[in-house]
Amino acid sequence: MPSAGWIAPARASNMYFLKRLAFTIPLLLVVSLLAFVMVRIPKGGPFDRERKPASPEIERNLLAKYHLDEPVWKQYLRYIGAVWERDDQGQWHHAPAGFNTSLRYRNHSVLDIIKTGLPVSLTIGLLAFCLAMAVGIPLGFLAAAKRGHWQDHAGNFLALLSVCVPGLVIAPLLALVLGIKWRLLPVALWESPANAVMPVVALGLFYSGRVARLMREGMLTVLQAEFITAARAKGLGDTQLLFRHGLRLAILPVVSYSGPMLADLLTGSFIVESVFQLPGLGVFLVNSLYNSDYTMTVGLVLLYAIVLLGLNLIVDFIHAWLDPRIKYE
Amino acid sequence: MNWPRLRSAAARQARRGGLRLASLSGWLFASLFFISLCGCVPHEPRADLVIVNGAEPESLDPAIITGLSEMRIVSAMFEGLTRLDPKTVVPGPSLSDRWEISPDGLVYTFHIRTNAVWSTGEPITAEDFVYSWIRALDPATASDYAGQLYYLKNAEDFNSGKIKDSNLVGVHALDPQTLRVELNHATAFFLDLCAFQTLAVVPRRTIEKYGDHWLMANPLPSSGAYELVAWRLNDKVRLKKNPRYWDAANTQLNVIDVLPVGLPNTALSLYETGAADVIWDKDLLPTEQFDAIKNRPDSHTFTYLGTYFFRFNVTRKPFDDVRVRRALALAVDRDRLTRRVTKAGELPADHLTPDGTANYHPPHGLGYDPELARKLLAEAGYPGGKNFPRFQYMFNGAAGGAAKSHEMIAVELQQMWRENLGIEMDLQQVEVKVLYANQSRLDYDVSRSSWIGDYNDANTFLGMFTSTDGNNRTGWKNARYDDLVHEANIEIDKARREQLFQQAEKILVADEVPIVPLYFYSGFNLFDPKKVDGIYPNILDQHPMNAIRRVDRPRPRE
Repeated sequence: MPSAGWIAPARASNMYFLKRLAFTIPLLLVVSLLAFVMVRIPKGGPFDRERKPASPEIERNLLAKYHLDEPVWKQYLRYIGAVWERDDQGQWHHAPAGFNTSLRYRNHSVLDIIKTGLPVSLTIGLLAFCLAMAVGIPLGFLAAAKRGHWQDHAGNFLALLSVCVPGLVIAPLLALVLGIKWRLLPVALWESPANAVMPVVALGLFYSGRVARLMREGMLTVLQAEFITAARAKGLGDTQLLFRHGLRLAILPVVSYSGPMLADLLTGSFIVESVFQLPGLGVFLVNSLYNSDYTMTVGLVLLYAIVLLGLNLIVDFIHAWLDPRIKYE
Repeated sequence: MNWPRLRSAAARQARRGGLRLASLSGWLFASLFFISLCGCVPHEPRADLVIVNGAEPESLDPAIITGLSEMRIVSAMFEGLTRLDPKTVVPGPSLSDRWEISPDGLVYTFHIRTNAVWSTGEPITAEDFVYSWIRALDPATASDYAGQLYYLKNAEDFNSGKIKDSNLVGVHALDPQTLRVELNHATAFFLDLCAFQTLAVVPRRTIEKYGDHWLMANPLPSSGAYELVAWRLNDKVRLKKNPRYWDAANTQLNVIDVLPVGLPNTALSLYETGAADVIWDKDLLPTEQFDAIKNRPDSHTFTYLGTYFFRFNVTRKPFDDVRVRRALALAVDRDRLTRRVTKAGELPADHLTPDGTANYHPPHGLGYDPELARKLLAEAGYPGGKNFPRFQYMFNGAAGGAAKSHEMIAVELQQMWRENLGIEMDLQQVEVKVLYANQSRLDYDVSRSSWIGDYNDANTFLGMFTSTDGNNRTGWKNARYDDLVHEANIEIDKARREQLFQQAEKILVADEVPIVPLYFYSGFNLFDPKKVDGIYPNILDQHPMNAIRRVDRPRPRE
């Protein structure tokens, strides 16, 4: 690729990306604050159970232990570790930040849970991402190239089908056919590589349809662009023209979409993880809401935000690389 | 633009480009696949027994746990002075091999067996028990089940912070092998309580070293038949035989996996494909398939100490009027509920304490009598349901098969009250946390409830509705009832004690009716008797893991 085209936008964008990075921190604070307040809206706290503690004293102890008896603003400051307290001797102490304490799983910490759950969600998510791309891009490409032919219609139909049939349907169906009827794959759990196949297919197929549709639209738009005609008029070879110059632009919508898509995939899917009983993060996010495990919910929301912001930043880098016309100021 | 020409050219290139892309993605896909499979997916040999246990344990700390699914795991890891017989659930010798009880029933002297050691080799002493019990009572531990120790002298005051000196609590080590326990009053079921998880012995040094995360310590000293190998949330709890357990010779299996499974369909799939050997909760089966499953030879149902009922908020009109409460109770056809909704052999209940409770025969409460119900409602000022305020029935929707039955029962009740009494109610489905919070705050009209007995005695049910008990949650207070329950609990004579409880229960379910029992739970286990043995139906639905064995393969060598 022409070196000037690469270096120039990169230089111009350094400041831009630095600014974006600096902006991330206040953004995360706002996200955490919003999440922190919103999880408290539903009635019922983490310690409301069928069995009441033997005395109201125990309940007070529990609330006090986890500082749930304090005003919400103070709880938030404590959460981010911005509270200094006086002890009995009048000495000021920094109160430990509360973000790491799970209110539900008191023997684990939020970071521990993320540390064990994230690799599972990452594995499944990355594999599903690869599957979605490996199926979606060629399918979309082919459909665009064979516009109006049966390949186009078939591709569109398949893409639409995979978008319309959610994991909620695909996952149990796969388990029923491949797991129970044919006994080819284990129906659930996380014990061997074979356990990853069905979740990856269930997740990946769903996204491959979207990728295919984006790819097809992108390709069709590019093929109609004037610079393609101009390049052809200058006598550029077909391979170079379409694969290097055409595809590079046609794939942009897919690249843009892959940021949020990967963020969704990497942080886990509740449905697929539930059906296949995988110890990923998706189940924790939903259950933490049911359990009023406030710190856990906020922690996972923050993780999602960080992954999303990071991926969007990477997507912008890739954009700048793929399309020299894009400049970030 | 010469579109057709370009298109055919594009098509050619597209095929090539597409192929290149596909092969590129394919490489990426394959390499990532390989990396992740090698790196992230665990490879573990299958356990000797795999049990589908229900909800993910909140904790495995004996002082913290509250749920049956947690207690079943914890009872394998931490044991108390006594343990329950797997068939009869009668408490027998465990870490204590003998004890003396003073004639007035107030002082228990336990002798710790000489071969009682932690799985790490240190001896288990009487001081360990003192530490464990005081820890459960310590306000800082904030144990939900600390009430199980309130029968000890001064325990309640220590737990609520009224006294600070733990030496005043009625548990002392006389020497490393001897534990002296003083009670407030004679307690008929104290040996049962000694087998209860809250009273199990826990490793002091580990807890002091690691604090809240002590269960993650490695090695984790265990006092029960099994040691914790791994506890991965939403994945599994893996247990292995503790060779230093005092009764290790009778522990049947080497490795047991306990799975938390959220979806009933997944649980059943695991069982049907042989990935799991036991499902031991009815709520873990899909309701719509239950009819087909319940008649199979691998399905085992039995009665146990659990009651499904609903509460009135007696502080709200019109439920402050006992005639209204009785009318609503009399208009419920419980047979219809067990026949149409629950279907697993549950028995209709007109009293709270289940039949089969030790040393107790519960009195009958209100049956199905729509005629009388209408009469009472008319007396209360609502003839034919006229002017009866529209009210709400609050219940929870939760994961698992149980959620559906809560809703189906609500619909049945709605219909019965409409047909029999001409009154209307709305169904109000809330999250389970919201249900409990609203019950505690008395922010409901009528709400669904259930109770599982902690130990085999009427008090575990009847104690709940005394005026000051946190589980009362109806706003109902009755001095006579309080007195009867209190008197029964300090009574040593069994027959006299039963009479007192019967009088109390009659007030609860026949006269005052702050609650209406609907049916008694039925226990349910799914396992193939040709493969697995040693899971016995019993009244506490407790199935000690050390008794479970496999009959389809020779016992594994150690």
